[in-house]
Amino acid sequence: MANHALPQPRLKGPQPVVGQEVKKRLNPLVKSSDGVYADRVFGWLILACALVVLGILALIVWQLLERSQPSWHAFGWKFFGAQDWDPVNDQYGALPFIYGTLVSSLLSLIIAIPLAVGVAVFTTEMCPKWLRGPLSFTTELLAAIPSVIYGLWAIFVLVPILRNYVQPFLAKTLGWTGLFSGPPYGIGMLAAGIILAIMIIPIISSITREVLSVVPQHQREAALALGATRWEMIRIAVLRNARAGIVGGVILGLGRALGETMAVTMVIGNRPEIAKSLFAPGYTMASVLANEFSEAAGDLYLSALVEIGLALFLVTIIVNALARFMVWSVTRGQPARARA
Amino acid sequence: MASLRGLVPDTTPTPAVLQISAWRRLKDQMATAFAVSTVVIVLTPLVAIFGYLVFKGIGSVNLAFLTQIPKPPGEVGGGMANAIGGSILILAIASLLGVPLGIGAGIYLAEYGRNRFGDTIRFVSDVLNGVPSIVIGIVAYAIVVLRQKHFSALAGGVALSIMMVPTITRTTEEMLLLVPNVLREAAYGLGVSRWRTTLSIVLRTATSGIITGVMLAFARVAGETAPLLFTAFGNQYWNWKLYQPTAALPLQIFTYAISPYDDWHRQAWAGALVLIVLIVSAVSAVRYVVRRGTLGGVA
Repeated sequence: MANHALPQPRLKGPQPVVGQEVKKRLNPLVKSSDGVYADRVFGWLILACALVVLGILALIVWQLLERSQPSWHAFGWKFFGAQDWDPVNDQYGALPFIYGTLVSSLLSLIIAIPLAVGVAVFTTEMCPKWLRGPLSFTTELLAAIPSVIYGLWAIFVLVPILRNYVQPFLAKTLGWTGLFSGPPYGIGMLAAGIILAIMIIPIISSITREVLSVVPQHQREAALALGATRWEMIRIAVLRNARAGIVGGVILGLGRALGETMAVTMVIGNRPEIAKSLFAPGYTMASVLANEFSEAAGDLYLSALVEIGLALFLVTIIVNALARFMVWSVTRGQPARARA
Repeated sequence: MASLRGLVPDTTPTPAVLQISAWRRLKDQMATAFAVSTVVIVLTPLVAIFGYLVFKGIGSVNLAFLTQIPKPPGEVGGGMANAIGGSILILAIASLLGVPLGIGAGIYLAEYGRNRFGDTIRFVSDVLNGVPSIVIGIVAYAIVVLRQKHFSALAGGVALSIMMVPTITRTTEEMLLLVPNVLREAAYGLGVSRWRTTLSIVLRTATSGIITGVMLAFARVAGETAPLLFTAFGNQYWNWKLYQPTAALPLQIFTYAISPYDDWHRQAWAGALVLIVLIVSAVSAVRYVVRRGTLGGVA
């Protein structure tokens, strides 16, 4: 930078010392206080932030392990196989909750997978360009609705519909399977599965969309050039290439469904029983925590609840790690994109 | 290729294999119909939820709802003013704790973390992102509530801040990585120190993207109920104290929704409408900011 090229300021008062003026103008960001030390302090500060992230996870693991000790000592592995949940006599078994969590999540996956993949295929392969933006925005909007609002809607809209129309119909047509029998309360496992499905569809479909969009265009063109119809092209060139990523998205949705609390608590019926019928009320690991944790009197009771929390934590971590690995195996090499 | 067109007469008939049979065409049409119907099925609940929220909520949001505190169970009237205030208090605590921490960790990952330790932090924050919110509630209960011996706004804020950190960390990292290296090199070339380069040049350039991440994290925790159940706990009255149980909008919606009173159901819808308006306006504001921001084209 040539200093003499700068226009000279016209000042009426005493002229400033030239040296200082030039230094200031040249580089306002350089100050004498900037030194190696400032850099080092900043580095440590930033590192501390990163370490806190690590610390949070350590804290979660440590607290869950420590607080669940009494229950672990009292019941051992039996805790996960026992069916009785009896705070009065201090007997705790987590099986009904594990069962409820698994069944409601699997049910939601069965409903959500075809719908979510269908939406993703439509948005990436079939829909006109102008519709693409609004459509993905709307599905994102579904993901932004808080769980408690899903629950509210489910209680007052979904459950009456199930009770008055869907459940009688299912009982009449599929009642012989035993899955759809018993009194149609509305609330119960079926309601929980449906509301969970609505909640995880945006996750699965946005991951699937992402995975489908990284399938190279020439794969599609090759299939079409060989005379494939659009559906055949999607099946052969797109879906097959993106298989692992789609499975990853589905597992990510499963992770969300396993840990989902409020909406499920509001419609599942909250009864620690194992029933074959999907009409029967159930209970999940997350919802027993939501309902009983703040009222748990007694150390063993609290500790049993924390142990359920620990189990839930471990399962979701494994499921999520698996999912991320599978999504990564498809999208690797692609530029990172902001998850919105 | 264009020059060949006139020279080589196109006499080849369409081979039989390339002719699409009726069955294949039908399958293709069925697939299209299926995809379209999935879109309709998925959008139905969305429209239904928003429709019900507006339809049921708008008649109940009135001045009393926004300015009064709850009436005793069973009595008609009252509002959720204290819950709205409590939510603001808890979210303020959560943001104060979570935002600087998340941005700091994001800076670390983008500017210093291209190594194995950085990969560990990256993995850990992804893991944290997937931890069920109710489990985070348990941890906040164990480290804050048990120590203080009672439920508090602070405990709720701590729980929500833990949920904000991973989202902010990862979006900050992604946004900082979008800043061209040329800018950093130019700053170093002018003799600017590393920390000033990071704060005044890199962070400055990525501001709009980082704000997006912060707002997304904010929107995500604003509606969270599960981690507040046994941390903030809820309160029938006003509370602005850090160490006292505090009402929160999502908690109040939950309590009212499962109560047996019609008037409380009505107020639950109203509260839900207020909550969703807050969240959607936050998310839309973000989209607006990003579109106008410096990195709008890339992000």
